[in-house]
Parts: sequence; structure tokens; C-alpha cells
Amino acid sequence: MGEAVKTVTNTPFEEQEYFINMGPQHPSTHGVLRLVLTLEGETIRKVEPHLGYIHRSIEKMCEKDGYKQIVHLTDRMDYLSAHINNEAVCLAVEQGMEVEIPERVKVIRTIIAELTRLASHQLWWGVMGMDLGAITTFLYGFRDREMINDIFEETCGARLTMNYNVPGGLMFDIHPNFVQRTKDFIAHFKKKLPEYDELLSGNIIFRKRTEGVGVLSKEDAISFGVTGPAGRASGFSCDLRKHAPYSAYDKVQFKEVLGTEGDSYARYKVRIQEMWESMAVIEQLIDNIPEGDFQAKTKAVIKLPKGEFYQKVETARGELGVYIISEGDKSPYRMKFRSPGFSNLSALDHMARGAKIADVVTIMSTLDLVIPDIDR
Amino acid sequence: MRAIIDYIKSIIEGIRTLLKGMSVTGYYITHPREIITQQYPENRETLEMFDRFRGEVVLTHTEANEHRCTGCSACELACPNGTIEIISKREEVDGKKKKVIDKFMYNLSMCTFCNLCILSCPTDAIVMSKDFEHAVFDRSLLTKVLNKPGSKLMEGVR
Repeated sequence: MGEAVKTVTNTPFEEQEYFINMGPQHPSTHGVLRLVLTLEGETIRKVEPHLGYIHRSIEKMCEKDGYKQIVHLTDRMDYLSAHINNEAVCLAVEQGMEVEIPERVKVIRTIIAELTRLASHQLWWGVMGMDLGAITTFLYGFRDREMINDIFEETCGARLTMNYNVPGGLMFDIHPNFVQRTKDFIAHFKKKLPEYDELLSGNIIFRKRTEGVGVLSKEDAISFGVTGPAGRASGFSCDLRKHAPYSAYDKVQFKEVLGTEGDSYARYKVRIQEMWESMAVIEQLIDNIPEGDFQAKTKAVIKLPKGEFYQKVETARGELGVYIISEGDKSPYRMKFRSPGFSNLSALDHMARGAKIADVVTIMSTLDLVIPDIDR
Repeated sequence: MRAIIDYIKSIIEGIRTLLKGMSVTGYYITHPREIITQQYPENRETLEMFDRFRGEVVLTHTEANEHRCTGCSACELACPNGTIEIISKREEVDGKKKKVIDKFMYNLSMCTFCNLCILSCPTDAIVMSKDFEHAVFDRSLLTKVLNKPGSKLMEGVR
């Protein structure tokens, strides 16, 4: 009669890949990141990040704005280290302007940058607990972060997108209450940080979900360009505050926190330790803020000479590079940001292979991704 | 036998770590004074923002309905987003034609609260108010005319 129907062997379960979308709206992605997970059962075979859901073309917008106006755009990249982003742009522009920045500005910038780092790590700690199912930590993290936000609000005028830096200095002088409030906060947080360890670090469920999960070796960390606490947890010494000191970091004593294991728990430990180090930096500077101007004298419209300027700083997430190509105009010809989140995300696929679905949440959480920083 | 002892030990250790965390939360249940939650809509009367808080741009007016804006457009140029638009007109004062502002347009929905306009103002005409409750039911209400009707330039400001 007709042709023979194609024969299929009768196997109950065929080996095949299975795709699921994690995101763009997923609570643990902290933004709009879409991950296409290739699964075999519950085991991850491949993670493919799809970007672009919150792309605002900040680099292109910089090309039409003046150098003073660019600064506030960088608030919106890595909003948890807004001040450090502002500082990076200002330092790059100041390189071209060739102005002498007063010592007072350098010290205040460093103090606020460390406060920003603390606030960022506090939020990360709270959110990390929440990602793994412990809602309590979120409230504790935000309780202590509120004090820092009050300091920012009083001195800078805003809580998150502060825009406190201008090329050549600071927007205002520090508020008269700033020193006292910062000291109060340090005294308060020194008592509260051990609570973080009691609540989460020792917790058996937390330990089982983080130890040995998402291991990144030192070689891989270097080849993927993973910087910040995530890179340091793998033993990659990459703290730019030590290796390329800017502002007042060459005047203070602090330890670069390094881990060895490179797993999620090591990344967690590095961040907790960094909070102690940040407090040590603030304590060294807060009592001797030098007198002087809070701004160097600059022209109303800043024009950079023809050339290229690069400045790298250590944000709460890693190395942020600001690259300006100037043609001598009042706005840059091209502006490029090397954002830490983008490079750190590139290692996600490598770290998650062979892990389970639930581990992707852990790994993403310990990488501390901020999606607007990745897309820009 | 060794394995069983280790297993029981790990269970006891696990319970101990859980109780340790619970003791922190237990402390705050018994010490309600340390809770810092603010009851926001109820505390509206007493809620005071900081002096430098950036709420929205306002044009300050004196009691005699005078403002300090000369219409120089420095804020319009400083604004990164085109939030501010100054529409000026020619007015005859003492036989001389003079430029005065007709409308100081401010689009709150586009404002990023970067404070650059306030810094650029040569006559300190505009300030940031402490008001932060900006929610409205219609988007067009967010485009505001900041100079009050009938207001004029303060004497001596140029």
C-alpha cells in the first residue's frame, strides 16, 4: 500500500532540552533582566541573559549634554552607588580641566563614597536574604540604611540619586549636622552589624544554599573581568582603592578583603567584611576634614581640550571606568562607561552550569547585579 | 555508628543556629521602642523634610506679589531635560521697552531634580521646595506656570 510510517522507538523519556524564561519581571532579578535557562530536568545546562529592557542610551545622551549635566545621568546607572558614579565622571572631567581640587573636597567625597558603599551593601544583604526566602533580613537591612539615607538627604538633598558632585568640587558644603550624624551612624551600626551575622550568616538553611554554590575560580574571575566583591571572593586582588588610589584613599589605612573559595558564601563574607572596612575608612577621615573651599573655581561652561580621558573607580559592585573622547567642545564627542555589572553578568553562565534552578537565584544575588547598570 | 552521631549532631547544630537567629527577632518583639517605623500618612502634620530636600522648583514671591526672575534663561540652558521654558515678552516701563517674563513654564513630570537650575540662577529667584506629594490624576496638571498672575519683578533686581 503506501509508504511505511517512520518508526519511532518507544522510550518513556526522551533526552531533550527544556527552556524556561526567568524574567524580565522576576522578583529575584531586581529589575528587568531576562534569563533564558536551558534545563535538563532541574539542572542548568546554559544561562543566556537577554539585555535591553531598561536601555536608556545614557552614553548617547551624554554626547548632547554639557559636562555639568552629564553627572546627574550617571546617578541612574548604578543607582545604589550613585555618588561613586558621579565622582568617576567628575574625576575624569577634572583630569581634562587640569584644576587643583581642594583637599576638603577629596575627603568629603571619600566619606560619602564609603557611606554609599555601606548603604549599597546593607541593601544587598537585606535583598539577598529575601531572595533566599528570609523576609526578615530585608527589614533589618533597610532599618540601618535609613540612617545613611537621612545623612544624604540632609547634606545632598536627595536620598538615592544625589547628584552631589559637580566637576571641580561639590554642589554645596556639608551640612553642619553631617559629622555628628555620621558618627552616630557608625556607633549605631557597629552594634548592629553583628546582628547580621547572628540572623543570617550562621543560619543552617542559608549556609546549605550558599556554600559551594556558583564557584568561580581566580583564573575565571580574571578572564571574565569579574571585579568588586565578587572578584575578590575568588582571590582576585582588584580593589582600585588600593591599586589606583583616587580622592583621599591614599591617606587612609584599610585592608583589602580577599576570599579564597570563590563560592556564594565567600562573596557574602567579603561584603560583610567590607562593611567593617568602610566604617574604618570613615572613622579615620570624619574627625579631620580639612578646612577650605568646597569647590574649585571653574568656568560657567566647561570645555575640555582635545584628547582622551579615562578614570576608573571602585563602586560597590566593582570597577567603573569612564572614558571621554573630547574634540574641544562643551560636550564630549564620545563617552563610554565600563560598568561592573555587565562584566560580572558575563560570568553568570559559567557559574550556573550544572547547578539547580534555585541556585541561579543565589548566584545572581551574590553577584549583586543592578540591571540599569548593565543596560545603561 | 559514627555517621548516626554526626547526623544527630548536625540536626542539633542546625536547630541551634535557627534559634540564634530567632533570638534577634525575639529581642525586637520585646523591645518595641527600638522599632523606627514611621506612620506616614498619619504623621503628615509633624513630618518635616530637610532644608536641602529637592521637592520641586518654585519661584519665590514676596507678599507684595513680586518675584526676582529677570527672564535671563540661565536655568533653561542649565536644565538637561528641557523641563524649564521661559516665555518672555516686551513691556514698556517708563517709556523704555524692557524684557520681562510672561510665563515661567515648569514641567514637573520631566524634572530629574538635579538642582542645576537653582545653582545657575544669578538672582536666586528659584528654589527647591520641600513639598514631595506630587501625585495628580491628570498628567497635564504637572506642567505648571510658576509666576503668579499679576506678579512683577522686584525693584532693584536686574
